[in-house]
Amino acid sequence: MSINMHPNRLLQPSAIVRHAVLLTTGALILVPFVWMVSLSIKPPGEIFRASFSFWPAQIYGVENYTKALTEAPLPRYMGNGLIVCALILGLQILVCAPCAYALAKLRFPGRDLLFAMVLIGLLLPHQVLSLPLFVLSYQLGILNTYAALIFPYVVSPFGIFLFRQFFKTIPDDVVHAARLDGLSEIAIVWKIMVPMALPALAAFSIFSIVGHWNDLFWPLIAVRDESLMPPPLGIMAFKSEESGNDYGPLMAASTLIVLPLVVAFLAAQKWFVEGMTGGAVK
Amino acid sequence: MASVSIDGIDKNYGATSVLRSVSLSIADGEFLTLLGPSGCGKSTLLRILAGLEVQDAGSLSIGERAVDNLRPKRRDVAMVFQSYALYPHMTVASNMGLPLRMRRLSTFQRLPLLGRLLPGTARIAAEIDAEVTRTAKSLGIGHLLARKPGQLSGGQRQRVAVGRAMVRHPAVFLMDEPLSNLDAKLRVQMRAEIKELHQRLGATFVYVTHDQAEAMTLSDRVAVMLDGELLQVAPPQEIYADPDDRRVAEFIGSPKINMLDGVVRERGLIDVAGSTLAIGADALAGAHLTLGIRPEAFHLAERGGPGALTGFVRMIEHMGSDLFVHLDLAGGDHPLIARLLAERAPDIAPGQTLHVGVRPDRVLLFDRNGRRLRQEVESGRASVTPIREVAR
Amino acid sequence: MSEPLALTGAPNEPSATGIVRALPSPAAAPARRRAFTEALAAWALAGPAVFFLLALFFLPVIGVFVIALTDWQFGALTLSFVGLANFREVFADDGFRASLVNTIVYVLIVVPGTLVFGLLIALLIESGKSCRSFYRAIHFLPFMATLTAMAVAWEALLHPTIGLVNQTLAAIGLPTANWLRDENTALPVLAVIGIWQNLGYAMVLFLAGLKSIPQDLYDAADIDGADLWLDRFRTVTLPLLGPVSMFVVIVVALRAFESFDTVKVLTQGGPGHASEMLLYTLYRESFEYLRTGYGAAVATSFSPSS
Repeated sequence: MSINMHPNRLLQPSAIVRHAVLLTTGALILVPFVWMVSLSIKPPGEIFRASFSFWPAQIYGVENYTKALTEAPLPRYMGNGLIVCALILGLQILVCAPCAYALAKLRFPGRDLLFAMVLIGLLLPHQVLSLPLFVLSYQLGILNTYAALIFPYVVSPFGIFLFRQFFKTIPDDVVHAARLDGLSEIAIVWKIMVPMALPALAAFSIFSIVGHWNDLFWPLIAVRDESLMPPPLGIMAFKSEESGNDYGPLMAASTLIVLPLVVAFLAAQKWFVEGMTGGAVK
Repeated sequence: MASVSIDGIDKNYGATSVLRSVSLSIADGEFLTLLGPSGCGKSTLLRILAGLEVQDAGSLSIGERAVDNLRPKRRDVAMVFQSYALYPHMTVASNMGLPLRMRRLSTFQRLPLLGRLLPGTARIAAEIDAEVTRTAKSLGIGHLLARKPGQLSGGQRQRVAVGRAMVRHPAVFLMDEPLSNLDAKLRVQMRAEIKELHQRLGATFVYVTHDQAEAMTLSDRVAVMLDGELLQVAPPQEIYADPDDRRVAEFIGSPKINMLDGVVRERGLIDVAGSTLAIGADALAGAHLTLGIRPEAFHLAERGGPGALTGFVRMIEHMGSDLFVHLDLAGGDHPLIARLLAERAPDIAPGQTLHVGVRPDRVLLFDRNGRRLRQEVESGRASVTPIREVAR
Repeated sequence: MSEPLALTGAPNEPSATGIVRALPSPAAAPARRRAFTEALAAWALAGPAVFFLLALFFLPVIGVFVIALTDWQFGALTLSFVGLANFREVFADDGFRASLVNTIVYVLIVVPGTLVFGLLIALLIESGKSCRSFYRAIHFLPFMATLTAMAVAWEALLHPTIGLVNQTLAAIGLPTANWLRDENTALPVLAVIGIWQNLGYAMVLFLAGLKSIPQDLYDAADIDGADLWLDRFRTVTLPLLGPVSMFVVIVVALRAFESFDTVKVLTQGGPGHASEMLLYTLYRESFEYLRTGYGAAVATSFSPSS
């Protein structure tokens, strides 16, 4: 007998199997995280003395984390990540929400064409465009600046798409009422539509922040200066400097970079899942 | 074909009690309706009968066979769901054939591709196809067999769901609000079809609905449920005319029955809303009672005073042959609805004062706990008998 | 009743047709003006987005194609069109061919692996009521953790001497390997990391898909006799997950095609070309070797494949 509909008799064994399997797979999933944290609090001697133990004999966390924070400009990397993510998100909302409103609620010639453009943008692998974007930022003279990190992402086809889908679910009567109340179209976007679309806004914000905090590809191309590097690029720079000899601080740095998103995720799991799956999950 | 016996069923979800010692026996071939407002436990009872849920206490038998420990498959019941629960990826023919495939083909014979090569599969599959086709034709959906549920109208889906239940000739049909997803016109039509189906098949039907019209038109007996309890089980006309409980009287009938507070003055007389009615109540003088009077039990009276109620016409709803007259009764703020024949009440206008008489034998009496009190009036007594004569 | 008749313009009623003809001009002028202002407002609202879509998506697409047809090197002042020479070079290049094959192999491992594990874990989570969000959180964690940093952790885990993987294998008497430096294991290891990262995503989508299957269908299956787990799964669960599965396949395949971070951090495409993948090739040729035209040709060949 397998799991069937007589819970009274079969709940116990099947529940045990369920927990056993999920705890095992969950543990396997977590191994890299645990190993990373474990190494980050071990002294060098213990790291290179091969051993199974996750918990160090001598706790060396303070030293490793201090080294990570001082030898590499880790706070700087994270500050860069914060600045870049915040600016990208702000600009994306500013550019995408009005466009999404026009697509969702207004009738105008070229609407279908515009929406087709958005869909094409959605499907285009962005990295393919890195060469011309690199040339463009060179021409604009913004290579190796924050601007270079930000400008390719000012418009997000996904953002337009997501907002459009959400705006479409808001009844037309709301828009009509707002017009009768004397609001201009742009005021309708910011005073009516966006506040009503807060779930979509939250989902998109998480999608955007997670994506750009974690992005390695474009920063690798756009900036050389260590003081401009966002976290993933910073960790790569740190890694090549240390050339693999000093695992403790490297793992401490990795832990610190992963930490903000993990903490935020655990605090707002539902929103993260919704944002990261692009609203495909209701 | 089978009788159904339900004995002392309890069901709790956590701390909430959904069914409290429900007992009911249903005769072989009977059409029994479980009627009640949403949340009264009627669907839960049906699901327990089907085996989709397990009762906390009590026992069930279908056709003299205890089914408490049987899976739904083995209970010889079929169910029609409110949502129809058709498998969206299967054609009508596959939907209807599934119960037969699951019973007649072995696990190996059901394997995709490979199963068809096994001995016997082809023959059984052909039999199943033939039975499905026959059933579909009898329901008038023979031409839809190759379609998928998504391509069907509501009424067609409903027929497929019925067909899926019929095809294996179950002893008991369970129907959970099968018509409530249809529009009003189609609902009436399908209601008639279900009644016809019951007469044709002669199987036992247990039908759940919150719609009293369905319950009244379809059933041999109606079981009225409220808050997890069975209030009354009786034929439709008895449920309407002779309810055991105030809640039954209030649930059945539209517009709703009028409930007026009254006090027994003396034997055979009850004071109500500033008037006095000659009704023999089995209660002591001074006792407080509730009088239930259906709107159509009223008729126009020429004058007020004893035997009639006097009120102020607030509003009139014209229903064609009938008028629904909303009155505010003189003695206090009792609202009242009287259903009068339009031709007999030509000139009523809002704002005027109106006298309505009532036949004492049409008055239902309830005590303060809502229990029905039987009248001591001989039936057939003239309704407009002036109260003084009776008093004398 | 007379108005609809008049509007159809019955030919035997000249006066009615006259009215119909007369009607549009005064009525349509405001309507047309209204449509015009609405269109104007729409384009004004969409303007910035349109500008950036053109500048950051559509011009670069054209740019990539144009560059791919030239011998231009970044920084050079002159360029000349060389036709399809870059493409010929790309497809004659063993490195690119290896990269293409590796990418396909990688996708063919990661997509089914992610799909199967994601579905199994979703089914297990959904089969009970307790600890759902706990299990969901754990399995979803890798999908949002910074992959570059996690790749560093994986490197430590896979270290030939002090890594947990080899220590464990040695302890239970299984052969160990230098996972990231062995041309037989480098790509499969990257694929395992790919599955590790993406299965939580598939799981979450499958969980949503499972939740959207109406309970009525399972009830109907019970009554119809499909009451064993496998029958229920085959009759209801699997067919109704079809659309979700399709979506998962497409999105995970796209993500797998675009794998870069693990290659860059862990193997740099090595040893030899054993773990080189398209996006890494694109990056290295364009931005490390500055073979701009060649890189653009790789980019143009990359997009249709993904």
